[in-house]
Amino acid sequence: MNKFLSTSIGRKVIMAITGFFLITFLLVHLGINLSLFWGKEAFNGASEFMATNGVIQVMQYVLAAGFIMHILLGIRLELKNRASRSVKYVMNKPSENASLASRNMIITGILVLLFLILHLKDFFVQLKFNAKGGFDTDYDLVTALFKSPLYTALYVLAFVLLGIHLSHGFQSAFQSTGANYNKFKACIKNTGIAFSILIAVGFSSIALYFFFI
Amino acid sequence: MTTLNSKIPEGPIDKKWENYKAHTTLVNPSNRRKLDVIIIGTGLAGGAAAATLGEAGYNVKVFYYQDSPRRAHSIAAQGGINASKNYQNDNDSDYRLFYDTVKGGDYRGREENVYRLAQLSGNIIDQCVAQGVPFAREYGGTLANRSFGGAQVSRTFYASGATGQQLLLGAYSSMNRQIKAGKVKSYNRHEMLDVVIVGGKARGIIARNLVTGAIERFGAHAVVIASGGYGNVFYLSTNAMNCNATAAWKIYKKGAFFANPCYTQIHPTCIPVSGENQSKLTLMSESLRNDGRIWVPKNLEDVKAIREGKLKPTEIAPENRDYYLERRYPAFGNLVPRDVASRAAKERCDAGFGVNKTGYAVYLDFADAIKRLGENTVKERYGNLFDMYQNIMGDNPYVTPMMIYPASHYAMGGTWVDYETMTTVPGLYAIGEANFSDHGANRLGASSLMQCLCDGYFVLPATISNYLNQDIHTGPIKTDSAEFEKAEADVKGLIDKLFAIKGTKSVDHFHKKLGKIMWDKVGLARNEKGLNEAIAEIKAIRAEFWKDVRVTGKPDQFNNELEKAIRVADFLELGELLAIDALNRKESCGAHYREESVEPEGPQKGEAKRNDKDFMYVAAWEYMGEGKEPKLHKEDLKFEAIELKQRNYK
Amino acid sequence: MDFTLKIWRQENANAQGSMKEYKVTDIDADTSFLEMLDVLNQQLVDKNEDVISFDNDCREGVCGTCSLYINGEAHGPKKLVTTCQLYMRSFTDGQTIYVEPFRANAFPIVKDLVVDRSAFDRIQQAGGYTSFNTGSAPEANNILIPKEAAAEAFDAAECIGCGACVATCKNSSAMLFVSAKVSQFAYLPQGQVEAAERVMNMVAQMDAEGFGNCTNTGACEVECPKGISLENITRMNREFLKATLVPK
Repeated sequence: MNKFLSTSIGRKVIMAITGFFLITFLLVHLGINLSLFWGKEAFNGASEFMATNGVIQVMQYVLAAGFIMHILLGIRLELKNRASRSVKYVMNKPSENASLASRNMIITGILVLLFLILHLKDFFVQLKFNAKGGFDTDYDLVTALFKSPLYTALYVLAFVLLGIHLSHGFQSAFQSTGANYNKFKACIKNTGIAFSILIAVGFSSIALYFFFI
Repeated sequence: MTTLNSKIPEGPIDKKWENYKAHTTLVNPSNRRKLDVIIIGTGLAGGAAAATLGEAGYNVKVFYYQDSPRRAHSIAAQGGINASKNYQNDNDSDYRLFYDTVKGGDYRGREENVYRLAQLSGNIIDQCVAQGVPFAREYGGTLANRSFGGAQVSRTFYASGATGQQLLLGAYSSMNRQIKAGKVKSYNRHEMLDVVIVGGKARGIIARNLVTGAIERFGAHAVVIASGGYGNVFYLSTNAMNCNATAAWKIYKKGAFFANPCYTQIHPTCIPVSGENQSKLTLMSESLRNDGRIWVPKNLEDVKAIREGKLKPTEIAPENRDYYLERRYPAFGNLVPRDVASRAAKERCDAGFGVNKTGYAVYLDFADAIKRLGENTVKERYGNLFDMYQNIMGDNPYVTPMMIYPASHYAMGGTWVDYETMTTVPGLYAIGEANFSDHGANRLGASSLMQCLCDGYFVLPATISNYLNQDIHTGPIKTDSAEFEKAEADVKGLIDKLFAIKGTKSVDHFHKKLGKIMWDKVGLARNEKGLNEAIAEIKAIRAEFWKDVRVTGKPDQFNNELEKAIRVADFLELGELLAIDALNRKESCGAHYREESVEPEGPQKGEAKRNDKDFMYVAAWEYMGEGKEPKLHKEDLKFEAIELKQRNYK
Repeated sequence: MDFTLKIWRQENANAQGSMKEYKVTDIDADTSFLEMLDVLNQQLVDKNEDVISFDNDCREGVCGTCSLYINGEAHGPKKLVTTCQLYMRSFTDGQTIYVEPFRANAFPIVKDLVVDRSAFDRIQQAGGYTSFNTGSAPEANNILIPKEAAAEAFDAAECIGCGACVATCKNSSAMLFVSAKVSQFAYLPQGQVEAAERVMNMVAQMDAEGFGNCTNTGACEVECPKGISLENITRMNREFLKATLVPK
């Protein structure tokens, strides 16, 4: 396994597997968040479930580990990639041959990470360790935060960035694990784009909804 | 004085190779590791030989001017490789392949070599398939074949239009395995600038490291030249830009005879010259002639209108087109051999019927094939060639006929070798296009790949032990001997001399000038007057070169101008020998066409006429020293297994 | 046509390089890019200056010797061609053209626009072959290969090893090059015996040469003059997983 992890392809596979894992997490998270539309009780119920369910409790740590690996490995790969061309081109036209998303994974990734830290501070830590940040219920905490224009704007921006990140990351994970068979290629690509839009629009719409009501 | 002994083994022609192998002296596997072999060139012949000798246990050193062995110009061969497998059940056999090759070469090749070539051809395919060469296949999974270059049987194996590439990558991969195993040591960007003869034997080389400019010595028990042909003597040719005759020429000057230099093949289906800055000519596979029809307009008015852009070729009615190959050679039509097709094109263009601006182009038309087979089938067969044409000419060949014209392509002549592929210098070998032996005066399509691989995989590895067995106690060849000392000093002297001239004209200037003389007077059609003029003119250019060439840059750095200067200096000498040989051979045979030697009358009137009585020999030239005329040695050719016939494609 | 050329000049591997400006005039549109550089070099010879070194050989798009990063793209703006098959008609009269070497630390510069791509050879030496000694091959038709598999193997084998994929990739990754060879053998029965070792060794050598990691941007496929498909990388990833995860 060590040997596997020391190869370029091995590392990319780990990026892909952790990526898949984070994709799954995003889906669950979105599901929970969407329950906000069904009102206070629904969301609080879902929140309660997340806080108490045994599997989820265990998965929290796995998720954290997956996140950290994805981030650290991503940074490490990026450093190595940058180091493999010391002298840059004077004239380069990368947009001629690759998408914006694919070329800027590290940037979208780090921006999303910064948001994630903020997000953890404002939601996760509050909900878990800080007696709901002084609010009565989880629902109140969440809806209150979305009243802040700055926070909401950041939130929406972060999910647009995450969507961009995913638009490449989703298909890239299939490619890195060798699953991007020609037969499924178009399907994987389209699903990836649909998924990215779902995540970006899904999360953002909640924030905007609570901002405007 | 060296005499020519071709060392043909005893026995009937089909048993000679077997006999040879049964009686030759071997080197014990444990002794092979004490023996070093230097190979110059990593094309099909050199690469295959390096791999095979490495597998056998010899220590091989390969040298090549390119940055990677995979770049050797064998890579550009398109059409295919012949083998007498008879997979198509059309009565093919070793004999028939032998027969076609000897006849195609107009009875100027060595019969015994050609028979061996035919016998080994099948093994080559086995070897290549095992290497993973992705030959074209039938639906059942068996190998596909096509008929090529007018052959009456389908014996050509191919990998789309990139057969040479795939075969070369196969040989390259085998060689890579030996490099990894430590049996082959690879020297990229190294150009051999002399062979070192010690005690009458080839014992090493002097090479220039093209990156640092360092002049380096390398010793070995045998030296193999696999450096390809000299087609670039014409400046414009289908050869790669850096293809050169330097290795072959340096060994000529050290005693290896040079045979039949006048046998140079002009390939009929190349993209015509477009302008002054043209640096090379691109060949398109001859397979195009399987389905394409060659023509020029019948009327000079139409020609004029076409050149002026007022008329499109598609607008010329069929009755106003001259399908001159079909007209002159009804039996073979567009599939006549390369030399016949080339000369016929020249004849039409010289008569004023050329269809491009320069007047040197004819049409190759696929309209009928597209009608007959559908565009998809044509695309399947020739798609990559059509794309290539379109990219270069900016014209769509599915709609407008292609324009083609002959170009210098292949050198049948080369270093003289015996049956063992050894030159007249002991321990010095020449294989592949670099030698002269198999193609006679004209090479058939899909035969060059076959011969290169045959030499590299099978012939040289089987014959070299007969020489190397003497050296099992010799020990490594030391490179500090006086002979190495002198050879190195000579090479350095040559380089110093080139830089010291500080003239006014570029190397290319001289190369172009030489090329023009070669093409005009020693090209498709030759005559005594022209050849004599050419010899005088080449001498004059050579003198001017040594007075007025300008080599920029420095000797001890990467310097392409210096590389070119050294090569062109050799071409300027080789060109003269080529003309001398052409002058000597007062007959028309194969690709060598002397205007004086044609059928005077009858249905064949005007066609090339061979003269077996006076010229059925290999002309092997010995270098006699600077400023002296080379000496001609004749190796008489005998044809026992095949009846001599005048070629007739009518 | 007239052009202003900005060309990378560098005396040798260790020297400092820089862009230098040159002008060429009266170039025919049917002149190839390298022939245009020939014209420029002729001018330099006339001025007794050191010519611009650039790799080139067959000039028919198959040897893989020519390189050049032209106006921000490997082998220039036209797709599916090598630099030697790029014609000046692809440019506009008066245009400024940037000419740089293929850049990657694994491709050190030799001089000017010439780079050392021997890393590619070493990767091939690590496993790009089948282990058949000459003479030991079975009769060719004993190995049946479906027509399609042969065609797909050919498509992968068409790689000319020019290095445009590395030059283009923002990470200087050599995955397309390596995968083309791995993929060729993966399609063929002859390649199966050594499949696991091959992919492991070639990938290990690729990493050791200092190429970057593939991030699946797909730029290599777009700029590849031979149209080598990204699918080869997918396949190599698969082969690699198979080789590392499936116990021998």
